[in-house]
Order: sequence, then structure tokens, then C-alpha cells
Amino acid sequence: MRPLTDEETKTMFEKLSKYIGENIKLLIDRPDGTYCFRLHNDRVYYMSEKILKLATNISRDKLVSVGTCFGKFTKTQKFRLHITALDFLAPYAKFKVWVKPGSEQSFLYGNHIMKSGLGRITENTAQYQGVVVYSMADVPLGFGVAAKTTQECRKVDPMSIVVFHQADIGEYIRSEDTLT
Amino acid sequence: MASCSVEDVLTKAERDEAEKLKGITVNKELDLEFDPGNLLAFDKNRIDTREFKDNKREDFLRSLARDNTQLLINEVWKLPTERVEEIIVAKLPDPTTSLPREKPAPKPKPPTKWEQFAKLKGIQKKKKTNLVWDEVHKEWRRRWGYKRAKDDTKEWLIEVPENADPSEDQFAKRNKAKKERVAKNEYNRLKNIARAQKIKVPGMGLAPTPRQSKAELAQAVNVAKISTASVGKFQDNLPKEKTPKNTGKKRKFQPLIGDFSSEKQKQLDLLKVMDSKKPRLDITKAVNKQMREEDRDSAQKSKKGFGKKGRRGNMSGKGKGKAGGKGKAKKGKGQKPHMKQGKR
Repeated sequence: MRPLTDEETKTMFEKLSKYIGENIKLLIDRPDGTYCFRLHNDRVYYMSEKILKLATNISRDKLVSVGTCFGKFTKTQKFRLHITALDFLAPYAKFKVWVKPGSEQSFLYGNHIMKSGLGRITENTAQYQGVVVYSMADVPLGFGVAAKTTQECRKVDPMSIVVFHQADIGEYIRSEDTLT
Repeated sequence: MASCSVEDVLTKAERDEAEKLKGITVNKELDLEFDPGNLLAFDKNRIDTREFKDNKREDFLRSLARDNTQLLINEVWKLPTERVEEIIVAKLPDPTTSLPREKPAPKPKPPTKWEQFAKLKGIQKKKKTNLVWDEVHKEWRRRWGYKRAKDDTKEWLIEVPENADPSEDQFAKRNKAKKERVAKNEYNRLKNIARAQKIKVPGMGLAPTPRQSKAELAQAVNVAKISTASVGKFQDNLPKEKTPKNTGKKRKFQPLIGDFSSEKQKQLDLLKVMDSKKPRLDITKAVNKQMREEDRDSAQKSKKGFGKKGRRGNMSGKGKGKAGGKGKAKKGKGQKPHMKQGKR
């Protein structure tokens, strides 16, 4: 386990700011305790300092996971966000997409969202903006990337993709062994 | 009639036998020498030059080859046979002819430093026993190596000599001495190898190379730079030279549980810098504005042109697609820095 270097912090913040914008400040600076990011086995974990201090008692090879895993750094130092970060990012999401009950299932299986399955979308969503996908009952389902701006979404035909799938809560079952 | 036919049959059988034997038996002046291990047969018979000079050369050679091969096969049949998966196999003996070397003979290695010295002084190698009696463990143990007889490093009690520092760790001292001896031995071994293969080994620093690559030159420059009394601290850089940071050193990270507040502050500062670098959403707003205007135009036109509504709708859609496409195309590779914003 080690703290993130400056470049790694920058890459990670850039990725997070795609989804939550300036609200990253609220993740760093919390009123209810000091939370920090630590890197272990190329994965970034978010934990309180209490948990961190307890985790220092476990040896590196025996430590599997600490706190919540936000994502991991790939071999070429790109940051990949995991679904386990949803609980922290969903409340601070700037751009949201609501998906109709019919195509909820399809999204949870890992497919992209088509215009026909789109329920609502926040106004002024830019293209390729990171979004958080919700069901119509305001349950966060996962992350995505807007394939079209809000304006374009209105005009485009029902079979075209409007949100690219990035992560969904179905992964908890599909990739059980690879999530930590 | 029957007797005639019987006689005929008998003579025919005899003739067949003779022919078969003729096929198998070969008459040669000198017997061949065989090496069944290599499936080799030496034929030392003289060749009739007349037959060779004639146009029937090919036939002569073919018949010669057939005869010799027949004799060799006869020899193989004389060997003990065994059955392997329903096939009769002959067991070949060891080959008797020695084949020449495939590769050239190895050159003798030049003597090592010790060997030179021993020759000079006339020191003979004394053969030593492998096992030595260990009094402590009361058993035979190796002279050197794993679980050897007198292992210096495994003693549980070391007396501190009178003239030694009382707070010195004698065990660590012994271990270090052993490590140094091992390292010295290894160093000398490598030097022997380098001398044998005539590789130039430098006393200190880099080995001289005839044609140096860019990386090697850079390394040489760096080594030269730090070869001063203050290890290159006061060496100025050339105009466009960059100081190399941490060449070949381990990466150093912040401590795991450092100052949390300072860490937080650094991250917040990083965020502030990132925010300031981000341009405001010019492109998307502009594109959206454009699209809204086109919407309004198309809506107005559709009100006027009732029949042509669909076509207009299509056209406006295509127009927007094109405008959007053009806008997107410009967001390509580094046209203008602030245009990269859209492609997040």
C-alpha cells in the first residue's frame, strides 16, 4: 500500500471529475472524518484514516482489499473506474440519465443504452460526458458516457446508442472474482 | 501325363528357388566390411573400368548399388530381432566406425591467476577427501558447502576478543566478513573469465566500447557529470540539457501514514490547478445554441410549408448532423487546445 504519486492523483481526479465535476472536493475534504486514497496492487482504495491505520498491520501479500475500491490503474497508467465506486459518486453526480424499466435489464447485462430505453437525461449534457445511470425509481445502476448531447438525443432515431456502458451493478455478479 | 506335369512342376519349382537365391546371393571377389551399427558397408572390390566407361554406366551403378544393399540387408537379417507392435525390428549393435568431429575441437582455456602462480611455484594439486569428521556433531560432514563440518557462521557463542569494541555485534561481523569473501571470490572469477575471453573490463565506471549508441553516450555523459568531488552537485547544465532525475534509483513514495492535512491540501491545490486549466464549455454551448436556432427555423418553416414538413424536417436533421459532424471533426487531434474539451 502506498499513497498515490502526483501523476496518478492527477489521472484519477481527471477521471472522477468527468463524473462528479468539482464535487471531488467533497470527497477529499469530508466533515465527518479524514478519508484518503491509497494504492495497493494497482488498485485505488478510498478509506478512512482509522481503517488505514488498522490495515497497516496486515502484510502486503495477505492484504486483499481496504475500504472501497474506486478503480485500478492499467499497465499503461490509465485509470479505470470500477462499479464499487458508485456509492460514493452517485450522490455527487452532475449529469444523470434515467433509464426506462424495460431496458434496465439490458443495461444491467452490460449493453449500451439506446434512445428507446432513455427515460430522462439532465439538460446540457455534453457529448462524451461521464454520467451516472439511474432507474426510474432513482436507484443508481451504474456509470456511462453520454454518446450524444441532450439536444441531439431529442432528434436521433430510437435505435441509436445514447449512453455507452462503463460499469453497472450487474458486474457484482458477473465479475465477482475480479472485483475487490 | 500326370508324371510329366509333376516333373514339370518340380523343375519349375527348382528354377524358381534358384532364381530367388540368385536374387539374394551376391558373388563378390572380396567380402564387404560391415558396420551394422551405422548401417554401413565398405566395398573394396575393384571396379571394372570398361563397364564404367560404356554408356551402360547408369545400369552398372544401379546393379552395384543393388548388390551391395542386398549384402547389407542380409547382414541386418543376421542380427537378433524383436517384435515391436507387430513389426519385426532388428536390434543394431553399437557402431564400430568412429565418425569425424562435427564441430572444431575446443581451444584450451588460458590459465587463471592461481594456476599461473601454482605453475610458477611448482605447487601440486592435493586431492582432498570429501567428508571430514565433525567433532561437535559427531558425524561425517562435507568439507565445504551446505551443512559443512566447521561452519563459522552457525556458532551460537562467540567470545568477544579483548581489544574489540564491547558493543560491536560479533555475529554480524562474521556474516559480513563471509559476504565480503564470497563477493571477492566472485569478482576474481569474473575477472578470470574476462581475461580468458579478452573482454576489456574497466577498473571503475563504464567499459570502453568502439561504437556507442545514443543511450550509451547519454549514460557516459551522466557518469562523467557525477564524477566530481561533490558528485556533480555544482555542475551546470548545458543550455538545453535537463538534469536526469533518479537514474537507476528506486522510486521514493510518500510515507503511508503521512500528514493527512498536508496531503489533503496538496490534493485540493491540484484540483484548483486542474480547474483553472479547464476551459469553459464554449464548444458544446455553441453547438447547442446552433441546434436550437435550427430547431426554431425548422419549426417556423414547417408551420408555413405544411406539405413539405417532412422533407424539411429531414433536411434540418441532416443539416444538424453535418454541423455537428463538422464540429466534431474539428475536435480531432490537437487542432486547438480548448477544443479537446468536448471529447472527454
